[in-house]
Amino acid sequence: MSTPLVEAVETIEAPDIPDRPRRGWRSPSFVVGAALLLAILALALVSLVWSPYGLDHTDPTARLAGPSGQHWAGTDRLGRDQFTQLMLGARTAVWIGLASVAVAFAIGVPLGLLAAAAGRFVENAVVGVIDIVIAFPTLLLAMLLVTVYGASTGVAISAIGIGVSAEVARLTRISASRVFTEDYVLAARTCGTGPLMILARHVLPNIWHTLLVQATLAFGIAVIAEASLSYLGLGTPPPAPSWGRMLQEAQSTVSVAPWNVLLPGLAVAVTVVGVNLLGDGLREILDPQLRQQRQAADR
Amino acid sequence: MLSYLIRRVAWLIGSLFVAGSAVFFLLRVLPGDPAVTLLAVGSSPDQIDAIRHQLGTDRPVLAQYGHWLGDLVTGNLGDSLFTQMPVLDQIAGRLPVTVPLALSAFVLSIVVAVPIGVFAAVRRRGLLGVAVSTLAQLGIALPIFWIGIVVVWLVAVQWRALPPGGFPRTGWQDPAAAVQSLVLPVATLTIAQGSVLVRYVRSATLDVLSQEYVRTARSLGYSLPRALWRHGPRNGAATVVQILGILLASSLLGTVVIESVFALPGLGSLLLTSVKARDLPIVQGTVFLMTATVLVVGLVVDIVQRLVDPRLGART
Repeated sequence: MSTPLVEAVETIEAPDIPDRPRRGWRSPSFVVGAALLLAILALALVSLVWSPYGLDHTDPTARLAGPSGQHWAGTDRLGRDQFTQLMLGARTAVWIGLASVAVAFAIGVPLGLLAAAAGRFVENAVVGVIDIVIAFPTLLLAMLLVTVYGASTGVAISAIGIGVSAEVARLTRISASRVFTEDYVLAARTCGTGPLMILARHVLPNIWHTLLVQATLAFGIAVIAEASLSYLGLGTPPPAPSWGRMLQEAQSTVSVAPWNVLLPGLAVAVTVVGVNLLGDGLREILDPQLRQQRQAADR
Repeated sequence: MLSYLIRRVAWLIGSLFVAGSAVFFLLRVLPGDPAVTLLAVGSSPDQIDAIRHQLGTDRPVLAQYGHWLGDLVTGNLGDSLFTQMPVLDQIAGRLPVTVPLALSAFVLSIVVAVPIGVFAAVRRRGLLGVAVSTLAQLGIALPIFWIGIVVVWLVAVQWRALPPGGFPRTGWQDPAAAVQSLVLPVATLTIAQGSVLVRYVRSATLDVLSQEYVRTARSLGYSLPRALWRHGPRNGAATVVQILGILLASSLLGTVVIESVFALPGLGSLLLTSVKARDLPIVQGTVFLMTATVLVVGLVVDIVQRLVDPRLGART
């Protein structure tokens, strides 16, 4: 039953899709960033099944001990093994980081898409809200929530998630609006494609790589925010370990046991440098235009 | 320009209103009775009622809301639950620590970071340039309190050069002691903020470097520094002003953590102790004031941007 037109269309060959991701894996930032992050992730995952000591294990005979075969990273003033704390802290950081990013995207992406797809009035309203939330710092939001609900993991996740969501919404709106001005969206509209279908078919495929890069960066922001909250005593409450609280405890004994300060700070830095490099690498891989620009700039 | 100004100020007032409302509703309307959370478990209903009355939560929410907004307009932020002192007085008492801390870190990071950032951009393939960029990356990735602890350990514990924390009880009556106790906090905040600024300045300079007018200037015989000096500031100004605004706001917020590291009696530590003590009026007032400052800085940034780069106004 095929008409000549359909036959003609069917005989058109699919265009050659260049295998662009494969070239990109050579990006050094991507490789190094992924390696750093995998190391942290491995710490967190291994801690689920094994850690040198239990969470509650204290060794009163070895308080503030230096690094040794028994305690790889030394002990704190209660005699708790610091390497165990570091591993379990990685679990807290990764979990709160991932959950906050999930919250941020669950709020930010729909909001940004709504602003881009809806009329001018809605867009202005959403942009206004986004601007205010961006001006409203995450740390202050967390402090407000802690005042009402007390410090808990849930409060930390919501505060960080809401704080980061504004930036996600802003970026989603800007990238989506750009797609909405493209001719192929106009064409799709002319053909009677509904707004939801346009979002799914044209907008999301064109902005997901920007959002993915944003997600990696947001993860880094969330990890630092979590550490800061715990350091201030507003994050995950004890006994759940956290890098921030390890640092806060290590600060009081810094004159006798300075080594206790080193590892938790390094862990945060490795995570953040890792996600930043990974984000850079992903951007290079996913955005061929940028890659060409950079190569041109280096020439 | 005038109509723009009016629109922008109206927008600021609107934002302040929304921010004030948000602070209010976050603290009052979400589930959970502040009076109950404030008191120890097992307090008598009379005690709870007394606190409710003091907080004003025994009145309808809308009446409380109107009261809070009215107080805001008249500059009254209420009284502390525990000390009974006006919130505004308590905040004012903390400013002599926080304002010098935030402002000097802000100025210092500009003085230090702008030349370094330009250098890192011009020498981006040299060893020193790469080293500078890497250090800045690290400075961004390390939590600010970690930098603070290391600075304390190095300067105050190892070298015993400066006090590890605290602020003289007499405040600025002994200027030397006050300045001494602010050196390390300012240095820490400068390292953290400066790292961020180095990165911004570096990429802004790279952007200018790749422009055609720099190439033209070079071909006319200008040396690279002269070409940059001639074209860089004017073309980069709008971006730089925006970054400075972000920097000023984050210097102010950075004090919350820094004051905790160095045990300084500033606005940030007032906020932190009030959060832990659940002193709602102080938390509410301090958060609102800090947010308002950030919003006002944003307004000033927008206006200055228009002044230095008229192209921005022409586009809309």
